[in-house]
Amino acid sequence: MFAATAIGILVVMALALARAFLGPTICDRILAVNMFGTKTVLLIAVYGFLTGRPDFLDIAITYALINFIGVIAVLKFVEGLADSERQPRPDEF
Amino acid sequence: MDLLLPPLFPDLLLDLLSMALLIGGVFLGISGAVGVIRFPDFYTRVHAAGVTDTLSAGMILAGLMLQAGFTLVTVKLAFILLFLWLTSPVASHALARAATHTGAKPVTATSGEPSSSN
Repeated sequence: MFAATAIGILVVMALALARAFLGPTICDRILAVNMFGTKTVLLIAVYGFLTGRPDFLDIAITYALINFIGVIAVLKFVEGLADSERQPRPDEF
Repeated sequence: MDLLLPPLFPDLLLDLLSMALLIGGVFLGISGAVGVIRFPDFYTRVHAAGVTDTLSAGMILAGLMLQAGFTLVTVKLAFILLFLWLTSPVASHALARAATHTGAKPVTATSGEPSSSN
């Protein structure tokens, strides 16, 4: 049962990776990577149950924290990129 | 009523319930992932990804919680679930905000042509 869940999650991760490669805009890629990270958290948890080792859940918690921080950091960078090359709109002054 | 139920009533029910939750979670995940692939523009994809992040993760983790019963493992699973439910909407919001700043145009009924060809 856990193996089937793990395979299902791997399929979802493969589709997310496909969107990461296909994604025309940079935000599509960040979206796909964020989804991939969340599914990794689930995969680690299910794999921990599959092999009967409850300490995998600590890894899953850590990965969930790091994934969120990483996505927010990349988004801050992308917004900085957009602000630098964009002409300031008149209503901003 | 309880005569009809098999003696191993709680375990059988827990296994069936957690199996149903796991299958439901995986089904939602795959449907969300197909949505992320097939939707025409960025904003609809954020919605599809949001579905998989919250409900699919919630069902899968709930299915695992049933398997673990009242132990420390369930507390850790509950923490992961709570953390995912709190942070994935924040991440999706930040993502949509960054997309609007970098000029991603939504596909409206009038424009017709998707902002990104795929």
